[in-house]
Amino acid sequence: MQKFQSTERYIAPRELEVAVNAAVALQRPLLVKGEPGTGKTVLAQEVARSLGIPLIEWHIKSTTKAQQGLYEYDAVSRLRDGQLGDERVRDISNYIIKGKLWEAFEYETPVVLLIDEIDKADIEFPNDLLLELDRMQFHVYETKQTVVARHRPIVIITSNNEKELPDAFLRRCFFHFIRFPDRETMERILASHYPDLRSDLAREALNVFFQIREVNELKKKPATSELLDWLKLLMIEDMPPEALRTSDAKVAIPPLYGALLKNEQDVHLFERLAFLSRARR
Amino acid sequence: MFAPFILELRKAGLPASITEWLALMGAMKAGVADYDIDDFYYLARTTLVKDERHLDRFDRVFGEVFKGLEPPTTLTGEVIQRELPEEWLKKLAERMFTAEEMAKIKAMGGFEKLMETLRERLAEQKKRHQGGNRMIGTNGTSPFGAEGYNPEGVRIGQEGGRQRRAVKVWDKREFRDLDDEAALGSRAMKLALRKLRRFARQGEANELDVDGTIGATARNAGTLDLKMRPERRNAVKVLLLLDIGGSMDDHVMASEELFSAAKSEFKHLVHLYFHNCPYERFWKSNRRRAEQTVTTWDVLRTYGPDWRVVFVGDASMAPYEIVEPGGSVEHWNEEAGKVWLHRITSHFRRVAWINPTPQKHWGYTTSINLIHDAVEGRMFPMTLEGLDGVARALR
Repeated sequence: MQKFQSTERYIAPRELEVAVNAAVALQRPLLVKGEPGTGKTVLAQEVARSLGIPLIEWHIKSTTKAQQGLYEYDAVSRLRDGQLGDERVRDISNYIIKGKLWEAFEYETPVVLLIDEIDKADIEFPNDLLLELDRMQFHVYETKQTVVARHRPIVIITSNNEKELPDAFLRRCFFHFIRFPDRETMERILASHYPDLRSDLAREALNVFFQIREVNELKKKPATSELLDWLKLLMIEDMPPEALRTSDAKVAIPPLYGALLKNEQDVHLFERLAFLSRARR
Repeated sequence: MFAPFILELRKAGLPASITEWLALMGAMKAGVADYDIDDFYYLARTTLVKDERHLDRFDRVFGEVFKGLEPPTTLTGEVIQRELPEEWLKKLAERMFTAEEMAKIKAMGGFEKLMETLRERLAEQKKRHQGGNRMIGTNGTSPFGAEGYNPEGVRIGQEGGRQRRAVKVWDKREFRDLDDEAALGSRAMKLALRKLRRFARQGEANELDVDGTIGATARNAGTLDLKMRPERRNAVKVLLLLDIGGSMDDHVMASEELFSAAKSEFKHLVHLYFHNCPYERFWKSNRRRAEQTVTTWDVLRTYGPDWRVVFVGDASMAPYEIVEPGGSVEHWNEEAGKVWLHRITSHFRRVAWINPTPQKHWGYTTSINLIHDAVEGRMFPMTLEGLDGVARALR
């Protein structure tokens, strides 16, 4: 299989390439953590694109159970069918609903399986998937069949650190922490997303962006995705780069800040800081 | 050939096991890292480290093993072979050498030589201390004057500050059992604890509501109508470790409030007491502290890693109470408080330290910084927002 590399749409640092390739080579799940908005979910899409294979996404919610990824036995509708005398009731397999994992195991070609935000689920969730992810097989009790993966899928798991994951689970995964990109990488990311972005606008926008990120008290620091949204807005509004230069402007809060600062406390904080810095001048 | 590497990693407290090691070897064999030290570093990191909190430790060990660097400081605090801070040495020099001696030294070798001599004397001094004299409170036996010996350089010329750094408070302290008798006055605290409780209900386990189902099915003229109801369970287990006495006196009221509130919120709650910094023993009860103690090893054995540990303490003390063996103000402790803290934080993964001292003062107290580092930054002020942070750290 070919190796994963940065694409023109997704700039992956070397460390991330090594991590993905190690996971692919050894067929282990790759656990990806990092600040929100640094491209954890996008990574899976880009791995699939770069390797030229399909992507199956399993988004986890607080109510998701591990069993739902394998299959679900819809006992209630079978009971109802039984009461109504439906013929389908005789075959139990009519009531087995395949989950995402089953889907990935059955695929003709290797696939990338994204298990998104695993930390949202119940604390036991990762433990319930240990054997399935290790052996890539599971047993369906109702029909007494064993589902074995035709090709071991490339499993990418993302976590936002809301819950601690169990050791046994971690031991089976490779781990990568997506660091916040430095300025140089950020410039490459911008260039890959908006090729026709004016360089002076990009420079001013990055100045403002990294200044905001330096404010430690922010509840949610803007990340790559916020920066991209904001730049898109600036381009749509056709904002001149001079408008972003805070040092000589009357108002130090950046235009269209709504794309960067996502809660009102942060906006207040930023306004206060801007006021203070003006007062000092 | 890489065997020492994993041993060093484990020594530094990274939970790398043979499984991860084999995975790394497998990946090397598969040619993921092609004879490139950077690639090897990334690969080793992705296979051996499973938590971003450990990344820094990994980097340090990697640097030591593969570049032969000096260990900066060890996390367990066992061998701090740190360069002595120059400023501190200079100050010391003024104390230790008379004017003539200074001149003599200058004549025979200058500052370098002076440093050398100082270091030798310091080494001797340390030995003598360990031979039996308590470092604390024995003003007089030390040629260093009242300040005592302290390689962290903190107690030199800084006595009589605003912080009551301690040494003899245990004599006059009145101990009170932090019982849950104090009525919960503060509504804010209750609110905060509701936040704490949120992590106690894990997931949304559903159970069949039998009565509801029978009723609904009957009303449905016999066609089954299942009713579910959310299951309530409170599985959270909390080990509360409370600092009592000493500089904590100001905060006893506040922690009593927190404590009594906590008791009603958690099903499993064990509280133990320590003074200033945890060492090899905790007290089960504050009134009968002499008889009812439990060793820290027993605590680590008894309570599994799924227990959440909450320290309540102001972490304000003399730095040697944390970093030095024998630093405790109450007894002779064989191992430094830092070592014990490290054992506790590596056994219990979910640890939080609630510090009632206002957060803006934290930076001025060395020991708070030390503890802050020891609990890997999971120190929170005793405010609504801080308790929110506690809940996040414990989840």
